[in-house]
Amino acid sequence: MNEQTYDQTLDCKGLNCPLPVLKTNKQINTMDTGEVLKIETTDMGSINDLQSWSKQTENEFISYAEDDGKYTFYVRKT
Amino acid sequence: MKKTKRLAIIASKGTLDWAYPPFILASTAAAMNMEVGIFFTFYGLPLLHKKIEAKVAPQTNPAMPMKMPFGPQGFQSMEWPIPNILANNIPGYETMATSFMKKTFAKKGVASIEELREICVESGVKLIACQMTMDVFGFEPDQFIDGVDVGGAATFLAFASEADISLFV
Repeated sequence: MNEQTYDQTLDCKGLNCPLPVLKTNKQINTMDTGEVLKIETTDMGSINDLQSWSKQTENEFISYAEDDGKYTFYVRKT
Repeated sequence: MKKTKRLAIIASKGTLDWAYPPFILASTAAAMNMEVGIFFTFYGLPLLHKKIEAKVAPQTNPAMPMKMPFGPQGFQSMEWPIPNILANNIPGYETMATSFMKKTFAKKGVASIEELREICVESGVKLIACQMTMDVFGFEPDQFIDGVDVGGAATFLAFASEADISLFV
């Protein structure tokens, strides 16, 4: 499997609801269409929250992966 | 492009714990491209003051876990049920509980009320102060943060009549 490429990163480790969503939204708004944002979180709620946010804002939720309590998301600005 | 969704919230409570839901939901809804308005009435109104003085009142909330925000992990997860007959007579008990709650929230990576309110203002959430409550409590518009509208029940209802989600907090 190819490693997902990305243009920008956002560290939300240690933050709790609703900050990962708010920070993701803020950063995505500064990016260009088609660019990918990599987001790292540690709050379990962000798994559902970031997908709901992506759906509502019509940004493309590419994937997420969990590794030892750390969640990594890739979202493409559309 | 989908039609913009609208969220209408009434914020009626002024304790620190209940200050969270309106600001969390409003800031998140704004981040989800929704149009948001919060109507601050009765005890929710002081949340519009330049400095937020909201405190928690554990005496009125038997469901609130009382925990220490410092010390080793085992100590922090212990519960400290304080009977009201004591809590009501300890000077500064609310102030202490409030400071503990703020410390715990900060440690858990939860934003402060001030931060969330700032994000709401930045993202264009409409803040409406209940004019009748202002009169009753003796609040003046210049005590509030900038950008607050003043209105009454009809103002909120006109906004809420077009809302997809309406919440009373």
